[in-house]
Amino acid sequence: MKNRALTLYAFAYLAFLYVPVLVLPVFSFNNSEFIAFPLSGFTTRWYANLAGDSAMLHALGNSLKVGLVTSLLATMLGLSAAKAVTHYRLKGAGAALGFISLPLFVPDIVLGISLLLLLGAGGLPLSLAAVVLGHLLVCVPFALTVLVARFEGFDRNLEEASADLGENDWMTFRRVTFPLMLPGIVASLLLTFITSFDEFLIAYFLSGTEATLPVYIWGQLRFPARLPMVLALGALILTVSVALVMVAEYVRNLGVKKPMVGA
Amino acid sequence: MAVDRGRNLGKGYGLLAPTLVVMAMGLAAPLLLMLVTSLKSQNGISLTQDWTLAQYGAVLGRASYRSLFLRSVLISGAVTILTVALAYPIAYFVAFHARHKFVWLVALTIPFWTSYLLRVFAWKIILGFNGVINSALERLHLINQPLEFLLYNPFAVVVTLAHAWAAFAILPIYVSLEKIDRSLLEAAGDLGDSRLRRFLRVTLPLSMPGVIGAAILIFVPTTGDYVTPQLVGGAKGIMIANLIETQFNAVGNWPLGAALSLVSMAMVGAIALLFVASARAATKAAR
Amino acid sequence: MSFLAISQVSKAFGGSPVVDQVSLEVPRGEFFSLLGPSGCGKTTLLRMIAGFETPDSGTIAIDGEVMNRVPPHLRPTNMVFQSYAIFPHLNVFDNIAYGLRKLKLPKPALRARIEAMLATVRLEGLGNRAADQLSGGQRQRVALARALVREPKILLLDEPLGALDKRLREAMQIELRALQRKVGITFLLVTHDQEEALSLSDRVAVMESGKILQVAAPRELYERPANRAVADFIGEINFFHATMREIGPDSFSVNAGLLGVIQLPIANLVPGIKPGDHILLAIRPEHVLFAPEGLAGEIAAATFLGERSHFHVRIPGRSDPVAISGTVPPPGDAVHLQFPPERLIALPSRPN
Repeated sequence: MKNRALTLYAFAYLAFLYVPVLVLPVFSFNNSEFIAFPLSGFTTRWYANLAGDSAMLHALGNSLKVGLVTSLLATMLGLSAAKAVTHYRLKGAGAALGFISLPLFVPDIVLGISLLLLLGAGGLPLSLAAVVLGHLLVCVPFALTVLVARFEGFDRNLEEASADLGENDWMTFRRVTFPLMLPGIVASLLLTFITSFDEFLIAYFLSGTEATLPVYIWGQLRFPARLPMVLALGALILTVSVALVMVAEYVRNLGVKKPMVGA
Repeated sequence: MAVDRGRNLGKGYGLLAPTLVVMAMGLAAPLLLMLVTSLKSQNGISLTQDWTLAQYGAVLGRASYRSLFLRSVLISGAVTILTVALAYPIAYFVAFHARHKFVWLVALTIPFWTSYLLRVFAWKIILGFNGVINSALERLHLINQPLEFLLYNPFAVVVTLAHAWAAFAILPIYVSLEKIDRSLLEAAGDLGDSRLRRFLRVTLPLSMPGVIGAAILIFVPTTGDYVTPQLVGGAKGIMIANLIETQFNAVGNWPLGAALSLVSMAMVGAIALLFVASARAATKAAR
Repeated sequence: MSFLAISQVSKAFGGSPVVDQVSLEVPRGEFFSLLGPSGCGKTTLLRMIAGFETPDSGTIAIDGEVMNRVPPHLRPTNMVFQSYAIFPHLNVFDNIAYGLRKLKLPKPALRARIEAMLATVRLEGLGNRAADQLSGGQRQRVALARALVREPKILLLDEPLGALDKRLREAMQIELRALQRKVGITFLLVTHDQEEALSLSDRVAVMESGKILQVAAPRELYERPANRAVADFIGEINFFHATMREIGPDSFSVNAGLLGVIQLPIANLVPGIKPGDHILLAIRPEHVLFAPEGLAGEIAAATFLGERSHFHVRIPGRSDPVAISGTVPPPGDAVHLQFPPERLIALPSRPN
């Protein structure tokens, strides 16, 4: 009895999580500029319009650039920090990890404006490079979490066994460490990319004239006529994000006994 | 065990260094700068040379600011309670009754990885005057006029934030429930407890660390949220972050903005610590 | 010069010594065990021989060459890890062939060598099996094969049978012994299981707190432990407090309290004890006898162990019961015990 009610609750909860988000794709095919019931017929014109929107495409390009650079840098930094902390008994490792994870506890707005102050003090312009730095702050902790978990689930003896069997540090890394870490690395790249791609507030403060896609969308929100197009764009972004996350979670758990989920 | 215990510690620190440097540059230095800025005044387009506590005086002195702080804390508090309360049953479900736990967990966390901005925007069009809910209810002839209380007020902010942060609450609670040794529950049953009693006497107390963790995880960031109040809060629902943003864009009073930021962080931090400390004390007293 | 020569090796972690001035010599082809409780330093010593830890002082030499500065991948040793450390992303064949990469063997030669090794460890036909589809016993054999195929001068084994259940463990012990005899390589085994050490080894070093207590063949360890710690660790034993009286050329006498004054053969005396010293008399349970007369006591517990029975006998005036096994007691609980003098060993009463 309790199970039945609880199970119903679980599915209802799942619906509560997903249905509001589904509004975007549903109304993106609606043949009307008003986002209201009743639906006025099916159309794909909002999607077609996207292809011709050069400002949007430019912002998309910026987001891709920032996302790729951020994910690569965040994963590299996360990788070296994760290896340092799991392979060596370093004093203050806990404090270092805490420090690196600190941005997760600071509101994005504070991260954004404090970096703004830094740029101002250094005489540096607002730019996509600044956005990358801001995004690194929030992405490195994620990369670190994924990679530390992967390292910890990694039998340390495996590298010793490789050395025992005649391989030096570099060959051990190539033949044992890297192949076994690869799923974690791929998952980290995907998750940090999505985080950077979807990030709005820090980019809003730091991007200056080169808008990222979320900043572009924000700018469009005040024009009611542009809303359906925003829905179409949003629906596309959501679909891609979900696909990437599913791939990332699948990859993250390759060859691992206890599944790891979430951040 | 198999950890390099002495040799090559230098290598270890070397590997850790770049990450620490980047984080120091991106977080420590800017925050320090913010502290410095908060102790100055805006003079035209630049800052004055002298140090002053005037900003802090303004922040703590103005009644409108104080009430804004209060509102932000209350909204976050409501969001926290709502989210945690709704998340506990599902975390319990996945921990104890679900057969494909991994699938459930992924399904529950996927929405978290999608664009936050888009999710808030979705709520805006759902709750709007001519939005999804209103037009649906009108179409079904359940109401004659659109409901006005749905959007541009604290209610909308709370609903939107609760939806956005749901996943954050589920995971910590799930983890602490999962860790509970099932044989403890069997022992309780063996010693005469009914299912409900067993839950109240064993499961709930043991899952408290997860609940407390979830509460902090939600409370701290939501007090500083910008996007949701800006899009769905209207004049009645704006929070601290919106005020801070105006200091940096429209108004141009950076020192005041910096002071507002630091004060709000300190306040939220203090509340969080107080909460954790009293929760711990309450758990100990209950033993 | 011995094949493996460990000379005054010490290692400390964070100020506390884990291996304390240990010296050992192991000849070529021997099955040698390091035996001791957890934390006694045996695994650290093994890892120093493998090259994963560096001694703070002392030298380790293999076949005449000092190894202290040689990194693990260049040493003529190979190790079987406690967790087996089977590479999860490689199948059985590739796991075993892993260490042969540098030899750059042509494919047919490589295949032949691996197949031969698979046969040696009785895993024929499993070359294509994935690592995560192996049972515990199979993983252990893959780990062995992987190490042996490199033909090391010394094979190091770190508690290799700990993860197996009792029956499998006993079967593997027999196989391991046969394997060592067959390949003729020096085996160095680390274990906390004294039965394992005694049944497999040519010689055993008993360790405690970083020091070697005694190095001897299993029989000698059992019958002539050098001190209380070794006697206690190996098998079960009864202790009696006594005082040394006189030491003569063929025999010595002791004042053994409840047992009275006894004359014992000189062979049963551990060197270094002087008249007047407090000593311990030790006797194994299977050497204690039920008799019509002797030390009086009462059976407190009896355990049926299949091929023998084991009893605890309470003696008035003595806090610990005496353990006696093997013989058949007379009916009733009141018994008398006899302690044949030739079976009593005299040990120093200080622990080591």
